[in-house]
Amino acid sequence: MVYKKRFDNRDWEELRPMEAKVGVVPRADGSALFKIGKTVAIAAVYGPRDLHPKFLQNPSSGILRCDYNMLPFSGHGERVRPGGSRRSKEISMVMENSLLPVLDLKDYPNTVIDVFVDLPQTDAGTRCAAITAASMALADAGLHMKDLVSAVAVGKVGDKIVADLTYDEESYEEGCTDIPVAILPNSGQITLLQMDGEVSPEDLNNALQLAKKVCKQIYELQKKALKEQYKQ
Amino acid sequence: MIEKNTAKEKLYVQDRSIVVPGELLAEGMGFIPSKGIYRDGELIRAERLGMISVDKNVIKLIPLSGRYIPKVNDRVIGKVIDVLLSGWKLDINSAYNAVLTLKDASSEFIAKGENLTKYYDLEDFVVTKITKVTSQKLVDITMIGPGLMTLRGGRIITVNPFKVPRIIGKEGSMVTLIKQKTGCNIVVGQNGWVWINGEPECEVKAVQAIRMVEKQAHLQGLTEIIKVFLEAK
Amino acid sequence: MKDQKSHLLKALEKGIRYDGRGLTNFRPIILEKDVSKSAEGSCSVKIGNTEVIVGVKMGVETPYPDTPDSGNLMVNTELRPLSNPEFEPGPPGEKAIELARVIDRGIREAKAIDVKKLCVTKGEKVWSVIIDICSINDEGNLLDASGLGALIALKQTVFPKYEEGILYYEEKTKTHLPIIREPLPVTVYKIGKYFLVDPLSEEEKLADSRLTVAITKDNVLCALQKGGKEPLSIDDIDKMVKIAMKKATELRKII
Repeated sequence: MVYKKRFDNRDWEELRPMEAKVGVVPRADGSALFKIGKTVAIAAVYGPRDLHPKFLQNPSSGILRCDYNMLPFSGHGERVRPGGSRRSKEISMVMENSLLPVLDLKDYPNTVIDVFVDLPQTDAGTRCAAITAASMALADAGLHMKDLVSAVAVGKVGDKIVADLTYDEESYEEGCTDIPVAILPNSGQITLLQMDGEVSPEDLNNALQLAKKVCKQIYELQKKALKEQYKQ
Repeated sequence: MIEKNTAKEKLYVQDRSIVVPGELLAEGMGFIPSKGIYRDGELIRAERLGMISVDKNVIKLIPLSGRYIPKVNDRVIGKVIDVLLSGWKLDINSAYNAVLTLKDASSEFIAKGENLTKYYDLEDFVVTKITKVTSQKLVDITMIGPGLMTLRGGRIITVNPFKVPRIIGKEGSMVTLIKQKTGCNIVVGQNGWVWINGEPECEVKAVQAIRMVEKQAHLQGLTEIIKVFLEAK
Repeated sequence: MKDQKSHLLKALEKGIRYDGRGLTNFRPIILEKDVSKSAEGSCSVKIGNTEVIVGVKMGVETPYPDTPDSGNLMVNTELRPLSNPEFEPGPPGEKAIELARVIDRGIREAKAIDVKKLCVTKGEKVWSVIIDICSINDEGNLLDASGLGALIALKQTVFPKYEEGILYYEEKTKTHLPIIREPLPVTVYKIGKYFLVDPLSEEEKLADSRLTVAITKDNVLCALQKGGKEPLSIDDIDKMVKIAMKKATELRKII
């Protein structure tokens, strides 16, 4: 049960090397790239724009629609068949729920804000990278937001609470608990919480505290990337 | 016990700082937040990406990006996308289309049942003015007024609508400069559509100048930079 | 549309494109190899603002009954909705399918891959090569970007380890895919009486017709596809093929 040293030699609370960039899809209304280790997410926002079919429209507010998609060659092992799966549907939905609390769309009745996230390369933590990139793209698109959203997976590998799990750690044979978390950096509120595996209530609390702590680093990077494009 | 903390007034940003949504701008009830800025208890935060301008205790946020949202009195460029029973539907580079009714279409009388494409045909681009925007963003426009007309020939480019004020410049100085130096006819719509008509090589130069303004809109001394660019061979 | 087209034609008459280029000039091209570590071969191609990412995945499958000793090839295009507001999520439309098939034909008919070398056990197991082309930003000319990307990604591709019927994707060998010929497609557009390459989105929309010509390194034409609504004369085709050949030679220099 003892996990002595991380597979990639990181400290328990250390994130993988990260990179963030805004404006990577020039055609979109807003876009961003977020890279953490070997996981890469490219997000593009289109909207507010006209929404069809009409019955989906909400006359009192714009709606948010997320689309999470692993490119066919981005997975471990075999090719991922394109066209969406039950997994990508669910992730798209939890992404919407994690981003909606910061968005104010009441100025855009009957419209949709589309967020598309494509991942060309993955090594665990994809939904968190997708949310982190999407939140930057939404800000880049000039939407009204109370805050950004920063996300990271924390968890327990063997007997250790760790931040930013890799694929190798997720498949640690002595047991692994994966807890993807999205946090609003200013208030510390949690907008995404899922868990795969077993954990004690104390460890869950420790893991969430850790998530809150390391998300600050992600947030600083998001901020820097958004400002970078306007550097004098 | 209530603790009173009156002296707690602090500004965390400078004039012309770029801020991101949620960023802390100031603390204290003495500051007045304007559009795009919100109060979070005693704290004042940005509500969107933008540039800050501080005027005494008033904090303003100038948005830098986003799609065009129709506003009354905006002069915009529209594209006819449908001919209706008693008017036209126009795309105004926004999530919302605009409707031009018969009475707003022309100073001459248009009888019901007339062939409306005689006045404005599909795919026509026009300079128009927004007269009404309802809470549900139904948009009415008019073609009656100075400078409102159909655009013949030329081409349309799309720019960031939030950079339009800079492209136009103070009292039209920037666009006038570009027009003079390139000899092109240019109409800048508030909605981020710009119509350009001139000799092909001059149009290329005009587009390059407009793109430069768009990219460097936040810089000071931009007019001089553009002037040098336009005068270079 | 008529108005816009006649305006474009006026510029083309002077030999000037809307972005200032000459009629048969490409925008700057930027290549980045190995952009996806999970693929067996990958690259990103940027032509101006247009960008595609191409990844190659390999697998071991049963061969088709009519080619029991040859590997399987498949080309798929994903016109991702993030790359263009007009693209929608869902199964590939005719544009995506045409694009994939044109690239597929170029590679297949040029016999770019030595498929016989992809045979593991005749009639039972052969390697499959799947090329996925994904658009990231579409500002015109996805066709040529895809063709260029497919060729570069193929040249990058290495076999994963395969032992006793098991594939070890995480262990890549140093053996490259046997590429014996290098087809490259170039698409020439006709607008009015003018021919141009590497169109912007608005030029694509106003074009009368186009001809994609896939060409091997030794200047053999290996696949053609005429697109667009207007017909072409034999004389047009001659001219377009010549432009394509010249451009293909230029493009090869940057690979």
